[in-house]
Amino acid sequence: MTSILTNLFDGVAYGMLLFVLACGLAVTLGLMNFVNLAHGAFAMAGGYVCMLLVNQHGWPFFAALPLAFVSSAVIGIVLERALYRHLYTRSHLDQVLFTIGLTFMSVAAVDYMQGSSRVFINLPAALEGQFDVFGVGIGRYRLMIIVICGLLTIGLQMVLAKTRFGSRLRAAVDDPRAASGLGINVPQVFAFTFAFGCGLAGLGGALSAEILGLDPYFPLKFMIYFLIVVTVGGSSSITGPFLASLLLGIGDVAGKYYVPKMGPFVIYTMMIVILIWRPNGLFGRTAAR
Amino acid sequence: MFEHKTFSRAAAIAAVAGLAGLAPVKAEDTVKVGLILPMTGGQASTGKQIENAIKLYMQQNGDTVAGKKIEIIVKDDAAIPDKTKTAAQELIVNDKVSFIGGFGVTPAALAAAPLATQAKIPEVVMAAGTSIITERSPYIVRTSFTLAQSSTIIGDWAVQNGIKKVATLTSDYAPGNDALNFFKEHFTAGGGEVVEEVKTPLANPDFAPFLQRMKDAKPDAIFVFVPAGQGGNFMKQYAERGLDKAGIKVIGPGDVTDDDLLNNMGDAVLGTVTAHIYSAAHPSQMNKDFVAAYKKAFGNRPGFMAVSGYDGIHLIYEALKKTNGDTDGTKLVEAMKGQKWESPRGPISIDPETRDIIQNVYIRRVARSKSDGELYNVEFQVFEAVKDLGKTKK
Repeated sequence: MTSILTNLFDGVAYGMLLFVLACGLAVTLGLMNFVNLAHGAFAMAGGYVCMLLVNQHGWPFFAALPLAFVSSAVIGIVLERALYRHLYTRSHLDQVLFTIGLTFMSVAAVDYMQGSSRVFINLPAALEGQFDVFGVGIGRYRLMIIVICGLLTIGLQMVLAKTRFGSRLRAAVDDPRAASGLGINVPQVFAFTFAFGCGLAGLGGALSAEILGLDPYFPLKFMIYFLIVVTVGGSSSITGPFLASLLLGIGDVAGKYYVPKMGPFVIYTMMIVILIWRPNGLFGRTAAR
Repeated sequence: MFEHKTFSRAAAIAAVAGLAGLAPVKAEDTVKVGLILPMTGGQASTGKQIENAIKLYMQQNGDTVAGKKIEIIVKDDAAIPDKTKTAAQELIVNDKVSFIGGFGVTPAALAAAPLATQAKIPEVVMAAGTSIITERSPYIVRTSFTLAQSSTIIGDWAVQNGIKKVATLTSDYAPGNDALNFFKEHFTAGGGEVVEEVKTPLANPDFAPFLQRMKDAKPDAIFVFVPAGQGGNFMKQYAERGLDKAGIKVIGPGDVTDDDLLNNMGDAVLGTVTAHIYSAAHPSQMNKDFVAAYKKAFGNRPGFMAVSGYDGIHLIYEALKKTNGDTDGTKLVEAMKGQKWESPRGPISIDPETRDIIQNVYIRRVARSKSDGELYNVEFQVFEAVKDLGKTKK
């Protein structure tokens, strides 16, 4: 019984992590209709920034996390203004080719600067180990992930649903022409959203170093997971990817625990089943739009 | 005029000297060695270590042997077998190399095997560790190790040291399966019991569920084989989940605690017992000198891949000495068979029958060094002159 709960806890933590990593992609892909395969590169950038600050400059881990967010967001906005915006109106194939090229460049650049071996972030002692709650093992680090990601999710949902910026964004997405006619600065809204998505990825990258491992191949290795989250969740809101992440995280952990022989396939099997049942993802847009 | 004359004479001398310096060494005086290594990609640290070690060896021993100048050509295959094959073809056909060497992973070594056979060129395997490799071509000689060597020994050691129940966690690919099978065979033959067997996918993002399963199985120890690089993540999550406090030890072939990465793994790794062929803390004078020279030249600690490269180039030098500079591939392989020498890892030799390496396997425990505060594998027991048990079984 206790191991069921521990697994559930691990699964939720893993799912939350997937969500923070992938939700930026859900935004760019779903809201802005842009295929950004280089999303993982921003996550990696955040991870490396955090690692350098903590390990080499002695920053405390919790101070470095926001910096991971900011640096990825800044890189994101620079690239968006310089490169990405020229591709918004191009075909998806062009976007794929461009972003995959960017991914390879990021891999090579980080490999050149930091070497190809895996890096670790020195964690404060408070985050290490597990404690027991009624016999259920709770990992401190994973608990922190759940707390941070949970708050982020609530915050994001509030911003999108309740604020003026959220409604501007939704308007800009639904009909960019009408929105700009109403005086909404659509490119600015997109640039900001893009940067925010990149920042979230950067934060996710910093958080995931401990669990997924951080090396220059991160963007390629985990691209597939981000895409699964977005496809399964559907890309019309962030609730979809959120639930998809949780489902996949819990499913993956449970699958690996209970049927280790099948472990690696569970996540793919779930994707296939869900997509057969709902081809547009759990919360996909209907064909009407 | 006088002045002019001296000037022109000086110029002439300088010109002649310059020409002599620039004049290409005649082709037959050069022996080319083609190295195919993963210099990029996930295995890049293997490639870099081997390349570094070879550079170091040539700095220490000169680049001429038996009157021939040794020229090294490095090709990057990123550990992708198709690229290995292309690189081997280019090296053999265009560059006319006399040796091919390196090979970061088993599939790469296998991809080059038919070419070595066809071209009758020695293939010196300096990294890949699956047993079958040397059987794929009569021209393959290995200076690294086989997983059978370390895995059988740790199996024997575990039984002898009161470890009765073991759960295994191995990566699901050829070397992982080799490690698992050889370990299991020796461990169960000695009366041990494998209570849980988990194979993790090669691209494994998270060990948590597997480790939870290990913890619930309550074994005396976990036998682990994961590719270099994942070892750190594994050890951290092992400690996070409190398996160390639950009294579950980690044992395995030494790849998990490779010197290359060991020092970054943190205290979780302390006490891990592994069987392997090399530790940077090996107490011989030769190794101390080797480690010091390597650190001085490249700024980090050599791992077992570096030593395999160092021995690989040594074997090439010795073979050329024995043939007196003759580059006939068959003669070179013959010359390599039965070679015996003192390596930084200890005494080693090439088995004349299998062309595989015979070497000591050491049981080591991870401890923090008192002198520099870094983590090392400290050897405390030796199994001498271990052959590749993967082949002797058959």
